[in-house]
Amino acid sequence: MASETVRDGDPGQYRRSEEPARRQTGRETVRENRTQTTRRVYAVASGSTLVLLLASLAAIAIGSVHVPLADVVAALAGGGTPTQRAIVWNLRLPRVLGAVVAGAGLAVAGAAMQTVLRNPLGAPYTLGISQAAAFGAAVAVVLGFGSAASELGSIGPYLTTVAAFLAAMVSTGLILVLVTYRQATPETLILTGVAVGSLFTAGMTLLQYFASDTEVAAIVYWTFGDVGRAGWMHVALMTAVVAAGLAYFLVNAWNYDVMDAGTATAKSLGVPVESLRVRGMAVASLVTAIVISFVGIIGFVGLVAPHVVRMLVGGTERHLLPITAVVGGALLVAADTLARTVLAPVVLPVGILTSFLGAPLFIYLVINGREYW
Amino acid sequence: MTLDVRDLAFAYGDESVLEGVNLTAESGELLGLLGPNGSGKSTLLQSLNRIHEPDAGTVLVDGDRVSELDRTELARRVGYVPQDEQGAFPATVYETILQGRRPHGGWSPGRVDRAAVEGTIEQLDLAAFTSRNVADLSGGQRQKVRLGRALVGDPSVLLLDEPTSALDLKHQLDVMELVGEHVRDRGVTGIVAIHDLNLAARYCDRVALLSNGEIYDVGGPDVLTPETIRAVYGVEATVKHHRGRRLIVTERSARTPSVASAAHSGPDDGRYCTR
Repeated sequence: MASETVRDGDPGQYRRSEEPARRQTGRETVRENRTQTTRRVYAVASGSTLVLLLASLAAIAIGSVHVPLADVVAALAGGGTPTQRAIVWNLRLPRVLGAVVAGAGLAVAGAAMQTVLRNPLGAPYTLGISQAAAFGAAVAVVLGFGSAASELGSIGPYLTTVAAFLAAMVSTGLILVLVTYRQATPETLILTGVAVGSLFTAGMTLLQYFASDTEVAAIVYWTFGDVGRAGWMHVALMTAVVAAGLAYFLVNAWNYDVMDAGTATAKSLGVPVESLRVRGMAVASLVTAIVISFVGIIGFVGLVAPHVVRMLVGGTERHLLPITAVVGGALLVAADTLARTVLAPVVLPVGILTSFLGAPLFIYLVINGREYW
Repeated sequence: MTLDVRDLAFAYGDESVLEGVNLTAESGELLGLLGPNGSGKSTLLQSLNRIHEPDAGTVLVDGDRVSELDRTELARRVGYVPQDEQGAFPATVYETILQGRRPHGGWSPGRVDRAAVEGTIEQLDLAAFTSRNVADLSGGQRQKVRLGRALVGDPSVLLLDEPTSALDLKHQLDVMELVGEHVRDRGVTGIVAIHDLNLAARYCDRVALLSNGEIYDVGGPDVLTPETIRAVYGVEATVKHHRGRRLIVTERSARTPSVASAAHSGPDDGRYCTR
């Protein structure tokens, strides 16, 4: 994107009489720069929304039974054949919406964790929070509360989600302790995340060893994240929590912006750093926990989406968060569609695909640090 | 606006950093905070606006106890420029200076905030860098951006932690000039921690010499004598006069540790500071 800046003393820049132009140049240049930035943000925002819509429509159309795009639109509007309506409304749409909301939630949680911890490598998966949430959900299953995705009418799913959240908070708490009392570096945090992640993965394996066949199946389901089992109610519940989380971070966006300047500066500007850090991580963990307890571990969406957006629009939280949500949703829908079709009729769990996608980016970030900005 | 510090004490755990610090600064006055590394300059600055909570003593800003002020209100009154900072993520000049409006704004920056940022960017001559990433700027420009972030909230007390230590000669003068002008023109109370005795003697109305967490001496630049410099820094120096200003020429490190610098002998011994 071309960004010509007005240079002082460049006679070509002044159109009006010399003196007033000189007086105004500073502010004018600032405004001009701001207009460019705003345009860019709007362009990226509308572009990614368009991509999300197209990817979602394509995801509804593509599958074992192909529904032409025109019929998809017709079915969504209440027309089309009964079969098409059934496929679109009962099979494809909940899955697609589930993917969008789960992707958005993980992406927002990832962006928030990166900001709160001032760590570009932070994400639910890399910090071991996803694994912890899955372990918590697995414990609830083995204790006989059923899986979150199966019986939403009963108390089971809520308990599973609560268990996932509590386990996620164990992981989160450890990270907060390291950041607050040990001033841990980004690398330390990620290494801790690896250790915590392995610990909870080992815990899951242990549970599987002692669990019955059905329970094993339910637990394995969490280790390979899959958006396919989310029904309408799950989608609605996830949407509510993800939207609430996003709203929290948007309301506090300015505070989190200031936090990136460092603890001393943020405190000098009246920002309560410690409490915002705890609250931010708790909200991000809650969003992670609800997504994971419904769709299982889906790695790297929380890492990839925020970085794509940071590259495109820069670091302001107010812009970063909503666009990250859209990009995260689009990413997961696209990945899920690919996972459903690449080895058709075998339907791959999308978690496998996102790992293939995210792992190279993670390695790239580790090697290149922040140079790509 | 005045700043009044009474019997301030602060310790990191068991390690006492500041003890019985008494200090006042008037509005329109730039007070230099001098002292060797580890003498407590940064800690003192950060104890004034509760980045660190003091263990004892009171800080009064225009008669109000800082400990009883709401943090947002305190942030409106006291601006702070850190010695060094490294954001984890890129932020433009505009966004960074906008951070300084946080204590004034609601949940999102409004028109008044944006106008204030535009004014500050213009004042600091940074307009051409508005959308540039702060991390890509030169050290001098970065320091101006941080100064801008503190000034954009129009605080009545300005705390600066070694604003010139990483800058080249021209930017050292530029930044001190800017700070001095702002303090005098706006009737702000300025406190600047600084290493360069000549910059301090030139730009500060008064200086306070810190030694081992206590105030050794306070007064006009004329408190910078060979005796006080030897006592506080452990350095032999000659003071000359040049066009009505004090010029401090450092000669050598004092081999025999004096009373005040006894605790600092050892690793610092034999290190020459020549300018």
